[in-house]
Amino acid sequence: MSPLLFWIFALLTLIFGAAVVINRNPVASALSLVVSFLGLAALFMSLNAYFIGIIQVLVYAGAVMVLFLFIIMLLDLRAEEGRRINWVTLAAGLAVALILLGQVLSVIGHFKIAHRTFPPLPDSTIDDVRNIGAALFGNYNLPFQIVGVLVLVATVGVVLLSKREPR
Amino acid sequence: MITLGDYLIVSGILFTIGFAGVMLRRNLIIILMSLELMLNAANLSLVAFSRFRVGPTGLPDYNAQVFVFFIITVAAAEVAVGLAILVALYRARQTTDLNDISSLKF
Repeated sequence: MSPLLFWIFALLTLIFGAAVVINRNPVASALSLVVSFLGLAALFMSLNAYFIGIIQVLVYAGAVMVLFLFIIMLLDLRAEEGRRINWVTLAAGLAVALILLGQVLSVIGHFKIAHRTFPPLPDSTIDDVRNIGAALFGNYNLPFQIVGVLVLVATVGVVLLSKREPR
Repeated sequence: MITLGDYLIVSGILFTIGFAGVMLRRNLIIILMSLELMLNAANLSLVAFSRFRVGPTGLPDYNAQVFVFFIITVAAAEVAVGLAILVALYRARQTTDLNDISSLKF
């Protein structure tokens, strides 16, 4: 992937990711999150992880975002108006986040391998759906089934939580 | 050329944005969205390492991509449960703002 495309999609992901946090209106935040996830999916594609990129679009930009928007509209959440910004909390939160960012960047800076470019792949097409499927049903069969049970438990839990209590 | 470090920096900044969202915002729905951003930042660095570690067969390391698959599955389940809790909370309190929910505060 050309560096120009990488930076375009990286900036798209980061700017709209920041917009999620900055926007006061929940609907605008949710829509920014969709754009951010689409940029991230493009980054996955640029790393030759086509299956993960498609899954990202289907699950996050599709299902999860519909769920978020559905809940926002169901609860009729408005933009938070009139709430005064607590400047001390804001400054403290930003300071902790910036310290974390500084630490992450310094670790990456001292990480020698991080300055290398990616090794080339053979020109033939990469059959990554087949390879991930082979790993998933071969080596990772037990975790896969456990995740299935987890999703079932989540489904039952959601139904129980949203059931109205009889009075 | 794009190095591994560039992807890791993007991933680190994205994680920080999500972390700042959890720290700064008081709206429960925005906090859940910020959690998703943090999970996706972790996914990005996993996929970058997977592409970086090309095995003897000349293919990327698919173990990391299977791991990302699991993270996406668990994250989807987590969002469903989180939003169900939010709806139950809204039914009881008519608010999603964390400043108004302080019964468990010491």
